[in-house]
Amino acid sequence: MTGTNPGISPAANGVAPGMHPAVDPAIDAAAHSSAPGGLVKSVVELDRVVIRLAGDSGDGMQLTGGRFTSETASFGNDLSTLPNFPAEIRAPTGTLPGVSSFQLHFADHDIMTPGDAPDVLVVMNPAALKANLMDLPGGGLLIADSDEFTPRNLAKVGYASNPLEDGSLEKWQLVSVPLTSMTTDALADSGLGKKEAERSKNMFTLGLLSWMYHRPTEGTIRFLERQFRRKPQIAAANIAAFRAGFNYGETTEAFAVSYEVKPAPMAPGKYRHISGNQALSYGLVAAGQRSGLPVFLGAYPITPASDILHELSKHKAFGVRTFQAEDEIAGIGAALGASFGGALGVTTTSGPGVALKAETIGLAVMTELPLLIVDVQRGGPSTGLPTKTEQSDLLQALYGRNGEAPVPVIAPRSPGDCFDATLEAARIALTYRTPVILLSDGYLANGAEPWSIPATDELPDLRTEFATEPNGPDGEFLPYLRDPETLARPWAVPGTAGLQHRIGGLEKADKTGNISYDPENHDFMTRTRQAKVDGIAASIPATEVDDPDGDARVAVIGWGSTYGPIGAACRRIRASGRSIAQVHLRHLNPLPADLGEILARYDRVVCPEMNLGQLAMVLRAKYLVDVHSHTQVRGLPFRAAELAAVFQDVIDGTTGTVATLDTGSDTPAQTGAAL
Amino acid sequence: MTAIDSSNTESTNAHVHDLGMPAGPDITTISGAIDASIAANGEKQTALKAKDLKTDQEVRWCPGCGDYVILNAVQSFLPSLGIAREDMVIVSGIGCSSRFPYYMNTYGMHSIHGRAPAIATGLAASRPDLSVWVVTGDGDALSIGGNHLIHTLRRNVNLTILLFNNRIYGLTKGQYSPTSEVGKVTKSTPMGSIDAPFNPVSLALGADATFVGRAMDSDRKGLTDVLRQAAEHQGTSLVEIYQNCNIFNDGAFELLKDPNTGPMWTIPLVHGEPLVFGPGGASCVVRDDFGGLRIAESNQVDASQIVVHDAHRDDPSYAFALSRLSTQDLRYSPMGVFRSVVKPTYDRMMADQLEDAAAQEPADLDALLAGSDSWTVQ
Ligand SMILES: Cc1ncc(C[n+]2csc(CCOP(=O)(O)OP(=O)(O)O)c2C)c(N)n1
Ligand code: SF4
Ligand SMILES: [Mg+2]
Repeated sequence: MTGTNPGISPAANGVAPGMHPAVDPAIDAAAHSSAPGGLVKSVVELDRVVIRLAGDSGDGMQLTGGRFTSETASFGNDLSTLPNFPAEIRAPTGTLPGVSSFQLHFADHDIMTPGDAPDVLVVMNPAALKANLMDLPGGGLLIADSDEFTPRNLAKVGYASNPLEDGSLEKWQLVSVPLTSMTTDALADSGLGKKEAERSKNMFTLGLLSWMYHRPTEGTIRFLERQFRRKPQIAAANIAAFRAGFNYGETTEAFAVSYEVKPAPMAPGKYRHISGNQALSYGLVAAGQRSGLPVFLGAYPITPASDILHELSKHKAFGVRTFQAEDEIAGIGAALGASFGGALGVTTTSGPGVALKAETIGLAVMTELPLLIVDVQRGGPSTGLPTKTEQSDLLQALYGRNGEAPVPVIAPRSPGDCFDATLEAARIALTYRTPVILLSDGYLANGAEPWSIPATDELPDLRTEFATEPNGPDGEFLPYLRDPETLARPWAVPGTAGLQHRIGGLEKADKTGNISYDPENHDFMTRTRQAKVDGIAASIPATEVDDPDGDARVAVIGWGSTYGPIGAACRRIRASGRSIAQVHLRHLNPLPADLGEILARYDRVVCPEMNLGQLAMVLRAKYLVDVHSHTQVRGLPFRAAELAAVFQDVIDGTTGTVATLDTGSDTPAQTGAAL
Repeated sequence: MTAIDSSNTESTNAHVHDLGMPAGPDITTISGAIDASIAANGEKQTALKAKDLKTDQEVRWCPGCGDYVILNAVQSFLPSLGIAREDMVIVSGIGCSSRFPYYMNTYGMHSIHGRAPAIATGLAASRPDLSVWVVTGDGDALSIGGNHLIHTLRRNVNLTILLFNNRIYGLTKGQYSPTSEVGKVTKSTPMGSIDAPFNPVSLALGADATFVGRAMDSDRKGLTDVLRQAAEHQGTSLVEIYQNCNIFNDGAFELLKDPNTGPMWTIPLVHGEPLVFGPGGASCVVRDDFGGLRIAESNQVDASQIVVHDAHRDDPSYAFALSRLSTQDLRYSPMGVFRSVVKPTYDRMMADQLEDAAAQEPADLDALLAGSDSWTVQ
């Protein structure tokens, strides 16, 4: 998902998709030899690899994965990542609840998901093995730190014997490597104690993987120097461990093969890799710059949204104010207060926080001030699964308030798209003078992908005007006299003489904004607020329907972060010779004006969601379409293969075709256009 | 789109700018839009009269409500501050008292129950040029909004908070409040309240509030005096105003208002003056043996033992000890300014950080988006 449209078909290279070729070159036909360090080593070309690193939460797997991602991005592969970590900061060492993992899918072509299953699994201890082995397909490459497979660690997770030695892992290509002791050996002269030296084993591992996959290493060395600027000894040790890992790969006989994944063709331009929370934060900074308004963020820390608060607090030079409030209610309250004063008010949170903010969102609906509410969804209800992803706040976003309180809702589809979706949310908030909810999720927030860096002068122009003069027939100011086109009311900021006015949560009289209990007025104002939000549909582009074959009878409709898995599944469907149309919604309220007519064109409409069918319910209610809802709430994104099987069932149920589906890879079919 | 009343089609007078400009906004003028809109209408009019602060809205408090007296006092006194109407903002919560903004010709927001301090914090922190006021009730500020109140006070945002304490929930028709005395019989406490009340001044001082005062609704002079000092204070000022709710808690402050009993139980706080009160100065405040304060009879102690009021003491314990002199039936109520100390304000520190950051690195959006690990595809 690079935002480009390469439309490539990967070269066949003798490697079955989803299957990592052997580390022993004798059994691999596609290998060609090279001779680094005097050893005869082969290089195998692959079109895609899925690697999962798993270890204890203290082993630094997220950092290691992040660095491998950076190296991979700067090499020019397309990529997609899936970090997966426990809610506990440090669950007891070596236990199953303490396992943290990071999955990275990279390829020489555009890809849409972090991969259904890893081709390569690196485990730093027995717990990591136990928690992840079931996901590694037979034949997959398994690298284990043999030093950590001690009787004590094995016993902690219930292994009666050492799986690295008892033959139980025969199904996989097992490479046991004493990563820990090789790290401490490499750091024998570093002056660090054994315990401290051991902590660099993740960098040793990263070095080894960097060698295996021909990753550029300068970036990591620069990163380590920067990261430990004030601790040169630690920086030197980590760099030494990283180099030792790389050299070990080059010289050891345990790894006779290294792998090459060529850069993916991407449209010319400048790229970086970016996570969803980062993109969303940059979107907020950019919205401030493009609107000419100071950004004010009021937020209370909550996973997985806190990183936005952290990121924005670094950008004070852009006039961005960040306020860590005493709770979620104060966070949104302060943001609304700032909006009243002429700022772009923003509050960021997750589902539980949105519940607390509901009353203030209602106040923003009533006072008709611009406000952005970012909900980075996580597993619910209640505290739920704080570090896992879910899409179960859709109905809360649409309806979770007292009274008739319509709020526009926008959802980004990929990490990089969080940037654009934020600008769109800001556009709506500023143009229509309304709170807007932006629904991201944990998968987008922490996942990363290459991002084509936009030209800032081509970003949407978000300038908006404040009222400067009275607008009433008798020279008075009417704070609820609306723009005839957008139905937005004037935004008159304190400090502007002659426009003093009072707003609030009590029902407002039309035009004057005075308190009104008049039945007709309330009916009128309720419908007007609804009409204002409904009217936003006129400003959103026609819905894109992706149906490259043009004859699809089944449409799949999704929203938010399921874009990648759904798109990958559609490619598989098309590769099997079937047709399917994909519609992916960015605007969830109001829905696009043409959506009803589009859905009516298909025999079946399938709607996969990471909840129990919330969008499906809305579509059924609104369009009377018999939507086939496919749902899952496992805290993890959909697997493309699983979705493809569901789509196939629906298609075949409709058309009667019987053909087998190649569930191998989500690469675009030769004939199909890339999504 | 639902049909809209056809008379509602006039455009607002806001000038519509040219959206066709290719380059987009000049990013060097952040918040320039606010400045421009404010500057657009020229000179500030600061010579005001009380009537300039009135609105055309009918005041809807019960006849005889203490809120009227407070409104009049505020309207008469505000012009003396020399602040233009448009530069004043009053934010309130929900309650009878919170209707206040509708009657003031300033900017205002009648928000939601308990949240006014949070909303005002965002406004004051992002617009240090404004004079921001919060009007709240005992239920609004101390019950549903207690959390916001204490956090606002500890941050020292530049706000003036007027807490109308009538020791009852007025708007919801007479339930006991967090300041109602133990044993209070109300609709929700037919056998008497069993909740220990808050002393709002003690609570504020516990949160290290930099300005805390107390005044009586009917005492125009005392109220104005405390309000003036509160308004001039840089940082969060909390003024507890004893306000009579003649419908649901009539006479709650009669002990202090009655000319016969008032002087006996009221301790006037005047900075630099000895704490002597009561008819003929018969009573006074002295230090007790435990570092606190106690009431003594003036003729029983040496004049040097009588505490001289010092509102500027950095350590809040003295002011706290003062606040603890009163009982829940209001005997020995200090009235005036308990504490007024200078501390950096939140909005100023926030603005300073923004300035420092801007001086250290220019705001370069292109550089931000590009980051340090980008690559180019030819
Ligand atoms: C969320 C919410 N809960 C409850 C109420 C009902 N309510 C309105 S005012 C009020 C109490 C007001 O008491 P106080 O703050 O002392 O103000 P007073 O009316 O006495 O001036 C309550 C409980 C409300 N408006 N909103
Ligand atoms: S109920 Fe009490 S506080 Fe409310 S307006 Fe009437 S007298 Fe005033
Ligand atoms: Mg009250």
